[in-house]
Amino acid sequence: MDITSKKIKNKKILQSSFCLILFLCPLFLNLYWTDVLVNVGIYAILALSLNIILGHCGLFHMGHAAFYAIGAYTVGILNVKYNIPILVLMPVGGMVAGLFAAVMARPIIHLRGDYLLIVTIGIVEIVRIALVNNVFGLTGGANGIFGIDRPDFFGFKIKSPFHFFYLVYAFAAITVFLFYQLENSRFGRALNYIREDEVAAEGSGVDTAKYKLAAFVVGAVWAGMTGAIFASKMTIISPDSFNFWESVILFTIVLLGGSGNIKGVILGSFLIIGLPELFRDLASARMLVFGAAMVIMMIFRSKGILPPVRKIYKVN
Amino acid sequence: MELFFQQFTNGLTVGSIYALIALGYTMVYGVLKLINFAHGDLFTIGAYLGLTLLTCFSLAGYLGVFAGIFLLTVMVFCLVGIIGVILERTAYKPLRSSPRLSAVVSALGASIFFQNAVMLIYGARVRVYPQNILPSFALDIYGVHLPVVRVMIFAVSIALMAALYFFIQRTKTGVAIRAAAIDQGAAKLMGINVNKTISIVFLIGPALGGVAGLMVGLYYGQVNFTMGWSYGLKAFIAAILGGIGNIPGAMLGGMLLGVIEALGAAYFSVAWKDAIAFFVLIMILIFKPTGLLGERVAEKV
Repeated sequence: MDITSKKIKNKKILQSSFCLILFLCPLFLNLYWTDVLVNVGIYAILALSLNIILGHCGLFHMGHAAFYAIGAYTVGILNVKYNIPILVLMPVGGMVAGLFAAVMARPIIHLRGDYLLIVTIGIVEIVRIALVNNVFGLTGGANGIFGIDRPDFFGFKIKSPFHFFYLVYAFAAITVFLFYQLENSRFGRALNYIREDEVAAEGSGVDTAKYKLAAFVVGAVWAGMTGAIFASKMTIISPDSFNFWESVILFTIVLLGGSGNIKGVILGSFLIIGLPELFRDLASARMLVFGAAMVIMMIFRSKGILPPVRKIYKVN
Repeated sequence: MELFFQQFTNGLTVGSIYALIALGYTMVYGVLKLINFAHGDLFTIGAYLGLTLLTCFSLAGYLGVFAGIFLLTVMVFCLVGIIGVILERTAYKPLRSSPRLSAVVSALGASIFFQNAVMLIYGARVRVYPQNILPSFALDIYGVHLPVVRVMIFAVSIALMAALYFFIQRTKTGVAIRAAAIDQGAAKLMGINVNKTISIVFLIGPALGGVAGLMVGLYYGQVNFTMGWSYGLKAFIAAILGGIGNIPGAMLGGMLLGVIEALGAAYFSVAWKDAIAFFVLIMILIFKPTGLLGERVAEKV
């Protein structure tokens, strides 16, 4: 056995033991900590979907909460008005968010770097203000929507944090699997090419505008579906849950964890959503430390904690 | 017509505050190509420092209103400027050669740090400025009600901006700042101390933002620790509107955004007031991404 295959084996053992421990977690943890883990899971899925746009394609996107909000509101409104089950609505929420992303991103996709960053901030703010102003009389204004159903899994009602834990992490596992496939596909390679050198990508026949738009839509669909889970977990959604700050948190998770690396992004969500909960007693000072930690982390590991490993493709 | 002029002067007042903050964004972006997300919080710090200095020393009492406010402005200017330089040295300087987004995250971290530092020191509740410091009488020009405070804010902003413009255009340091903004490597070769120049930018930019914070405190009479975000974002939009990196552009963009917002709130909808600025931003970026006064720079390949 040579060294590389040994390394791969160790890695596999490490990964599967992590999954096993996570799977058994709810047996040892109380309700509060299970709920914290559920939140970590939701943010991890959201951050993974942002990772497609920000990490793989290198588009500075700081408005991911807008897609998340549109998915959650679509599902919330349809569920409350027409009583359609949540799990049926999940893909619908994703599709509406994806459609919104396609329409919204089309005119701004050519913007570079910081300009795109600031426009996406603008979009998330406009979406939030539209929700507050009860647009089309559907969104319930500042109070939001309440009385959203819990998901119903073939007659089994998912309601306690323990149930949600398995729902969220099952969805997270599917997400990781699919995004891993995506990363290693023609699509993923095209996105990485655009991130590294857009002009060269265009020169080699990659339709950059199309791929960038596709990255936005894929990320938005996934965020919209996660929004459905969030809406059914909370049963109440209001514009406050989808402000600019949420987008900043997601942005930070991806960059601090390691943009473009699935493991890094998952680690990032544990650190940014889970870790501050450990210091709950310090209440007010913890955010101060959090801010300082962000600065220090970026100084010492400017590519994130787990930067993506360079891929090596064999030439036959 | 009365409503129009009322809103117009109101917009110019708020706009001159936006313009002062926007100058900090645009100067920093000019030399470092970095959106300084902590700038809004330096503005907040300016407002709170003004509050502390006012209540501790009651400057206006000893020196009379105008000399007192002048001294206060100078003190806030210097203190926030020093904080800005420290910020640059600790949070941005080590990241100059890192990927662009690392510096953005560092800036966001600094912003969270400042915001929570202000909250821990002053508390999370809204703080009220001492009343009756500024003259409260209003001018009445052909039926338009014009409080003297507005005129003062407008005049002080214009004076500061004129001074800055003179400084950038006519002094040796100003030339160094402009050179560093165009090409840092070439500026170094011409014997310009780029590090020192960047420090000066981080002294002046945040200092102007801090003075804007003081003005908001004096004008509205109250401050809270999260106000930096919204003012910061609006000011950044103003900077883009005028053409980022362009100093007269930031002044024009700020005034214009203030007026558009005030008129939009009066004639369109108050509830959508905050969305107007973002709508303007998206329109300008789609149709004229370089901003009103920005020059078209050929993209490097």
